[in-house]
Amino acid sequence: MPSLQSLRRKIASVKNTQKITKAMKMVAAAKLKRAQNRIFSARPYAHKLREVVANLSEHTDRMSHPLLRKRPGKKTELLVVTSDRGLCGAFNANILRRAVEFLNEHQQAGEEASVSVVGRKSIDFFRRRPWTIRQEWPGVFDRLSFEHALDIGQDIVHQYNNGTFDRLFVVYNEFKSVMQQRVVVEQLLPLEALDDESTAQDGPASSKGAYLYEPDEHQLLETLLPKHFQVQAFRVLLESAAAEQAARMTAMDGATRNAGELIQKVTLFYNKTRQAAITKELMDIVGGAEALK
Amino acid sequence: MATTSKSEQPGKLLLEVVTPDKLLLSEHVDQVSAPGTDGDFGVLPGHCYFLTTLRIGELHYRSGETEQYMSVLWGFADVTPHKVTILAEVAEKAEDIDVERAQAAVAQAERHLERGGLPSDVEEAKVSLEKARLRRKVAERLQKQGRA
Repeated sequence: MPSLQSLRRKIASVKNTQKITKAMKMVAAAKLKRAQNRIFSARPYAHKLREVVANLSEHTDRMSHPLLRKRPGKKTELLVVTSDRGLCGAFNANILRRAVEFLNEHQQAGEEASVSVVGRKSIDFFRRRPWTIRQEWPGVFDRLSFEHALDIGQDIVHQYNNGTFDRLFVVYNEFKSVMQQRVVVEQLLPLEALDDESTAQDGPASSKGAYLYEPDEHQLLETLLPKHFQVQAFRVLLESAAAEQAARMTAMDGATRNAGELIQKVTLFYNKTRQAAITKELMDIVGGAEALK
Repeated sequence: MATTSKSEQPGKLLLEVVTPDKLLLSEHVDQVSAPGTDGDFGVLPGHCYFLTTLRIGELHYRSGETEQYMSVLWGFADVTPHKVTILAEVAEKAEDIDVERAQAAVAQAERHLERGGLPSDVEEAKVSLEKARLRRKVAERLQKQGRA
């Protein structure tokens, strides 16, 4: 039977934990709001740009630009986007599980796989795993700006042109709603044609019409494509940032609730124990008085 | 995607202006003219497929009797028979521009340019002067319209 004092300590400790999780939840909620606004305002631009690029790549000869050309090589790279901090539920675990699955799959298919990682959590994870980390970007989520995306975008295009890898995929958490994050794997390089509704909408007409370019096609691709990768990288980072805060908020909300339940349970037990002790003392006194008669 | 869900209207162009910050405009219009790198171009419904880069300039569109102006700094324009997509680095509607501030920016840019300095500084000053003049021009258009 635990002593009353140890129970009191236990209650106090859980209460403290609850205060912390509650505070973290509130902080995450505030940050989520900001992150959510950013991703919502960045999405239209990224989607439009993707549409334009996809449209364009459909109308041009794929061989005409190195970033569109499919290469026979067997080197696959996965860009893993996780958070810098923990305490956000299954957020990172989901990504890392999917990443490992992906890498195993591609290795079994006889491809060489490497990773580049964004976020401290995945860096720590992959340092203890057999895959080569080609590049790491820790701490980008502290103060996320377009500069980071620029950096990542330039690096991947540069490495791709150098032949460091022949295909590049990205795995990240998409922000679906506050309660839901979705793990997404997308191919970034070489550029895949869009097959979703955004190109289908223009219908067969768009595939027939030949494009006019100004200035010429090559110059246009030269400016459009790098831009596209930077913007996509930025979108992925923003998605992940918003999803992270949402996941943390949900996790901390759960933790606060669990702490509340625990407090209730222990308090009930504490009161029962206290009552039992009082009853016992009373019986002793009554017994003593009875004996004196 | 919510941004592409607008239905087509016959005889109209869907004009969409997007910047990295937001979807600035999504409207059915009759005519658009935009500043391409190799010269301004006008678009009417049924235009052929056309893709171009944009320079610093004025975007102008007409819907019925109303004319609207907008400043656009760099970016891309994607034109299809029913739709014009402007992907601008920076874009502002005329009514969002503060004329006095635009005026002050022009003056400041002019001073910077006069002062001279390194070639890169001069280049920068030229660009900011161009930007400032454009914003002033676009803003003044609206004022004139208001008076007329």
